[in-house]
Amino acid sequence: MKTQAANKKEMTDKTLRITGSEAIVRSLMAEGVDILYGYPGGAIMPVYDELFKFQDQIHHVLTRHEQGAAHAAQGYARISGKVGVAMATSGPGATNLITGIADAQIDSTPLVCITGQVFSHLLGSDAFQETDIVGISTPVTKWNCQVTKAEDIPAAIAKAFYIARSGRPGPVLVDITKDAQVTEFDFNYKKCEGVRSYNPIPKTSQDAVNAAAALINNAKKPMIVWGQGVILGEAEAELKEVIEKAGIPAAWTILGASALSTSHPLNIGMVGMHGNYAPNKLTNECDVLIAIGMRFDDRVTGRLDAYAKQAKIIHFDIDPAEIDKNVKTDVAVLGNSKESLAMLVEALNENSHESWLQEFKDLYAIEFDKVIKGDLHPTKEGLTMGEVLKQINIETEGNAAIVSDVGQHQMIACRYADFNVTKSNITSGGLGTMGFALPAAIGAKMAAPEREVVAIIGDGGYQMNIQELGTIFQQKAAVKIVVLNNEFLGMVRQWQQLFFDKRYASTEMTNPNFVAIAEGYYIKARKVTKREELAEAVKEMIQSKESYFLEVCVEKEDNVFPMIPSGASVSDVRLS
Amino acid sequence: MNEDIKSFTISIYTENNIGLLNRISAIFQRRHINIESLTTSQSEIDGVNRFVIVVNMTETNANKIVKQIEKQVETIRAYYHTEEETIFTESCMFKIKSDLLFNEPQIQNIIKDSNTTIVTVNKEFFVLEKSGRRNEIESLRRDLNAFGIMQFVRSGRIAVTKEEMKITELLTEFNNQ
Repeated sequence: MKTQAANKKEMTDKTLRITGSEAIVRSLMAEGVDILYGYPGGAIMPVYDELFKFQDQIHHVLTRHEQGAAHAAQGYARISGKVGVAMATSGPGATNLITGIADAQIDSTPLVCITGQVFSHLLGSDAFQETDIVGISTPVTKWNCQVTKAEDIPAAIAKAFYIARSGRPGPVLVDITKDAQVTEFDFNYKKCEGVRSYNPIPKTSQDAVNAAAALINNAKKPMIVWGQGVILGEAEAELKEVIEKAGIPAAWTILGASALSTSHPLNIGMVGMHGNYAPNKLTNECDVLIAIGMRFDDRVTGRLDAYAKQAKIIHFDIDPAEIDKNVKTDVAVLGNSKESLAMLVEALNENSHESWLQEFKDLYAIEFDKVIKGDLHPTKEGLTMGEVLKQINIETEGNAAIVSDVGQHQMIACRYADFNVTKSNITSGGLGTMGFALPAAIGAKMAAPEREVVAIIGDGGYQMNIQELGTIFQQKAAVKIVVLNNEFLGMVRQWQQLFFDKRYASTEMTNPNFVAIAEGYYIKARKVTKREELAEAVKEMIQSKESYFLEVCVEKEDNVFPMIPSGASVSDVRLS
Repeated sequence: MNEDIKSFTISIYTENNIGLLNRISAIFQRRHINIESLTTSQSEIDGVNRFVIVVNMTETNANKIVKQIEKQVETIRAYYHTEEETIFTESCMFKIKSDLLFNEPQIQNIIKDSNTTIVTVNKEFFVLEKSGRRNEIESLRRDLNAFGIMQFVRSGRIAVTKEEMKITELLTEFNNQ
């Protein structure tokens, strides 16, 4: 077998007469792919045959469900900033990817999905395992295409990677018919360097930056809300400079978490439905709101006509379609956050806003008293989700990547996890996909084996992709899995309690023996029901060199606060 | 702040690609925007397609929709224009029994007065074609309806803008990026 470097050289030096399926594998390798996630089946088998031949150079991870493959590729992409790759066969294989693709689309995750398709002469004939995956995936992909000729494969894959990773990243899907996979042609790979109709990074206007700086320099109560755009643009250092130079209190959206250390004195916490009290409340007190790489999602803004109406709005974004989509801006700064924030730093005056910052501290004290104290230092008998997070913080010293699922545990994880390292909060933000965390944690751990990856999952979401324990076992992926078991679909139950007169319709769960299930996959497992066991169990889990499953039985009917009720203003954030 | 709903003509220059029609129509469908008419054809530039879409909406939403369309990788540029900013026309065809042409002299006057073209005549039927504004076509249809129409069909709007569309310059700019 040739080395990867030798193969690359061979590819650029001369054309090779190979099949479409070998071209797919060589194209992936030319894009630097070393791991992909997928599941074989009839229409993709020729590609798997090539993956078998190249297995010393490209590692295919067999998940237990195609949805798991898509989420694993997302986890890989989110922690590494590289493009995640998922592969599936036609029909059900392809449709099973859709949830992960939709999740990647709304959370701007770079993904290339390759699906097999029936022979091109069978297209449209309702052939076995034929489905119009290009049609189905259109609304949830950044771009997609179908390839029916072998010679079109390299250019399609090159374009797919270019589009997935450039500008505002997103998922793309390339559907390849079986005849294209088996036909021989002269292969030659050229990376895509641009698409005529596509301008991924709009130019940042110096005038817009100056206008933004003028507003910020004159502001008495400026506030930053940053989102994932900072992480995707790798602008963490520039963000920190802006915050420190102008002394601006800065809050984050759920996907922006970890771009700035949670211990930074100007980090004032998370905004949104279950975000922190101070940044939500003071959104309606600030005089200039600086939104950076975030999209004013309804879970962040609450009622739009009562959102930051008093403030001048500055919006930094790479995507022109986000400007004025939900919140009307006074100054829009287009471009890559790394460049635009660097330009902003230059134009800002050094400043501090001590009394304004004090307002955040005062409200934090109220939140601590009413909510945080009870979550992190409970005196009641039942275990809280918050104290589990606190123990994880202690054992990992805030250096772990936290992969959370969707629901109460997710909000608790995002609120209480300490983050010292960027790209460390991997969660399904926009789509709210239960079942995300377990497979995403696999992808994250495989992309960054040197890092501690802790999946925090509820008992509901865990069972949506529990089959991926098989992947963890087979791959020896040292993922730490924490299931916070309250025997309820907790977030829905919380809403039923607050807004549906405690009619707990289909939210109570009779759960299996989770420890036995993990042990069935030969994963070390432990269950904690008492507070005195918790610290030691978390320590044992973090110290484990292998994967480890920890079930913590928490209080059944705890609620997550603060909370902005659906349709209410950020000012109406509730503490109880 | 209730904004007026107006008729907008959305013009889109795109790469010529299978599937793009789906992608663009999905943008409207997702937002419950009814498409009044949609026409797609080649544009003045080889290999570049042009969509002309007529919708009724507020200007704020027209602006947002155009940005969503432009966000699509294979969209070169999208614009929206009011009726005053475009020159537009529709075209229609009528198939009518031939004996009416001889038995109803009124029909000949209608054809003459409305500048309608006779495309073909045979023993069984004749075919009329007319281009014009929607109200002209509607009035012709009402007039002919009195005598009986075998088939009627109307195209979507096609429109050119009064302002210059600098697509060639734009493409050169893209190529030099």
